[in-house]
Amino acid sequence: MPVARITPTPEVGDLFTLVRDIGDAELRPRADPAEASGDYPRDVLRLIGRSGLLGLPYDDDVGGGAQPYEVYLQVLEELAMRWATVALGVSVHTLACWPLAAFGTAEQRKRWLPDMVSGELSGAYCLSEPHAGSDAAALSTRAVRDGEHYVLTGTKAWVTHGGQADFYTVFARTSDGGSRGISCFLVPADAGGLSFGTPERKMGLNASPTTLVYLDEVRVPTERRLGDEGDGFGIALQALDSGRLGIAAIATGLGQAALEASVSYAKEREQFGQPIITHQGVGFMLADMAAAVESARALYLTAASRRDAGLAYRHQASVAKLVATDNAMRVTTDAVQVFGGAGYVRDYPVERYFREAKVMQIFEGTNQIQRLVIARDLERNGT
Amino acid sequence: MKIVVLVKHVPDAAADRTFHEADHTTDRVGVDGILSELDEYAVEEALKLAGSESGEVIALTMGPEGSADAIKRALQMGADSGVHVVDDALHGSDALATSHVLAEAIGKIGEVDLVLTGMASTDGGMSVVPAMLAERLGFAHIGFVGEMSVDGGTVRARRDSDVTETVEAATPAIVSVTDQINEPRYPSFKGIMAAKKKPVESWSLADLGVAAEQVGLDAAWSQVQSVTKRPERTQGEVVTDDGDGGIKLAEFLASRKFI
Ligand SMILES: Cc1cc2nc3c(=O)[nH]c(=O)nc-3n(C[C@H](O)[C@H](O)[C@H](O)COP(=O)(O)OP(=O)(O)OC[C@H]3O[C@@H](n4cnc5c(N)ncnc54)[C@H](O)[C@@H]3O)c2cc1C
Repeated sequence: MPVARITPTPEVGDLFTLVRDIGDAELRPRADPAEASGDYPRDVLRLIGRSGLLGLPYDDDVGGGAQPYEVYLQVLEELAMRWATVALGVSVHTLACWPLAAFGTAEQRKRWLPDMVSGELSGAYCLSEPHAGSDAAALSTRAVRDGEHYVLTGTKAWVTHGGQADFYTVFARTSDGGSRGISCFLVPADAGGLSFGTPERKMGLNASPTTLVYLDEVRVPTERRLGDEGDGFGIALQALDSGRLGIAAIATGLGQAALEASVSYAKEREQFGQPIITHQGVGFMLADMAAAVESARALYLTAASRRDAGLAYRHQASVAKLVATDNAMRVTTDAVQVFGGAGYVRDYPVERYFREAKVMQIFEGTNQIQRLVIARDLERNGT
Repeated sequence: MKIVVLVKHVPDAAADRTFHEADHTTDRVGVDGILSELDEYAVEEALKLAGSESGEVIALTMGPEGSADAIKRALQMGADSGVHVVDDALHGSDALATSHVLAEAIGKIGEVDLVLTGMASTDGGMSVVPAMLAERLGFAHIGFVGEMSVDGGTVRARRDSDVTETVEAATPAIVSVTDQINEPRYPSFKGIMAAKKKPVESWSLADLGVAAEQVGLDAAWSQVQSVTKRPERTQGEVVTDDGDGGIKLAEFLASRKFI
């Protein structure tokens, strides 16, 4: 049974059907082999792009789908149920477009955004550095003004789609002064001086390349600076508020997939003469898994509806990311348990789900950092 | 170039399909309907041909209310408009009546260069409607086409049957295509949004000047007397190999007259 979804219009219902069709036919069968071989599914991302899924939340004047976050995030969840790498690709791409969409001038938006959201191009988001992860404001990549250009030099770390993306949204330091000295740039993949490390050998999501990005005197025209000089860190954090909702939705989809696999296995597998789902110890574990997935979904949808209504949602986005990813970790761990020995081998997907869930507690702000955001908000604004 | 593509709404083959008890017609209410998968190839080919010749693609279906979904799917894929022939009197129509109604509808659309269809519907599966239509319309008919092109008023097509033949016909022509001809596209979200605004006309038998007595269950040339469910698959026989597995296999096959 597909997850029952709120469909504000019949077209959104058709959109969900389309995503399920593409997911079942093109994503699900390829996930296992591609994760084993580590091949980035560029063609799948193209198909996703041509289907209009790489610009869903962006305005229609630039070629986006003009959909509320509530709809876009459910699409991410449906994709993640079938292949987390692809859902992450869509989410990171959407994140990389955000600074231009939200802070670009009318001219900048008109010039670059249509190609970025129409699905032919894919993007990467370069904030983290080897020595600036959780403390991103400590980044040291420099952008030095030289006439009508900035010259960017430094090393970015952990860049999803590094070496594969067509454009890189890069945060670099235009002056000292901590978080106020950072600016944001839109760097095309063919810029001279841009190069990439070999993909990290990760625990999971191996079809999604993650690399170091080296900037060696990369010349970027001033017209490719997004927002004012010094606005970069605020832009990065606002982009992450939206990005975290994407991760919450992806984690929910991963949990949903683990739950579905576990329920069908527990109905089939018999021990002591009966299906294991009828042993209360297993049935209750499945009930807790369902509760964890459904509460994760409710949280990201609550945060999304605040965002869609134009209300502040940073706090809710952090709560959703924290709970949804912690829940996904627990649900995928329990899924391995439900499968017993079969959960520990690669013949079933739950072993992979378990490995994929872990990173969701880490990227786009570790869950410690989410607690920091929530605590600061409580300190400043109360409950 | 004006292309009519015939689209049929059929019960999803992946679901459990049943028949009405009273008249043995297909139960179209109890299961999810979809655009017949074989027709998707016709839609795709129509869109490709129209795209390269700046043509117009009209999706035509005959069927009860819900079958408008087949048109919707074609519009979401990129067709320009739709025509839905819907009338209570059509219930139970056979291929002859269907071809009669569709021929009238194509005549009413008018000035059609090409009619594209799938090679069969995934429910009835008779594959006769295209030929009947061609006969009624006086169009050339090329069936089971795996590759085609249109140049001016000439259709060139590769027919895949026991032998492979390449044939030509003057337009207007009706061509049924196989699942080898292309890879049907998915709709896009833009297509979904655009489909909402595309025109779909709904025609009754009266609009087409067809009398109710000429169609429907009573006018059908054959009647279904009874339907029987395919027996449940039974468990196969497992041969355990105790060194004589090959002999046992051969004995089994011989006992069923396979060898
Ligand atoms: C697969 C993958 C993809 C990624 N994709 C991208 C990308 O596309 N773009 C990008 O910019 N980055 C990306 N990242 C980077 C990711 O966002 C960082 O790894 C993350 O922010 C943590 O930074 P760090 O690894 O340097 O860990 P550190 O910051 O060194 O943290 C180490 C530990 O210390 C804890 N910690 C640190 N500070 C505090 C504190 N103040 N209070 C309590 N605990 C604290 C952390 O929670 C963590 O447990 C990706 C990472 C991975 C693994």
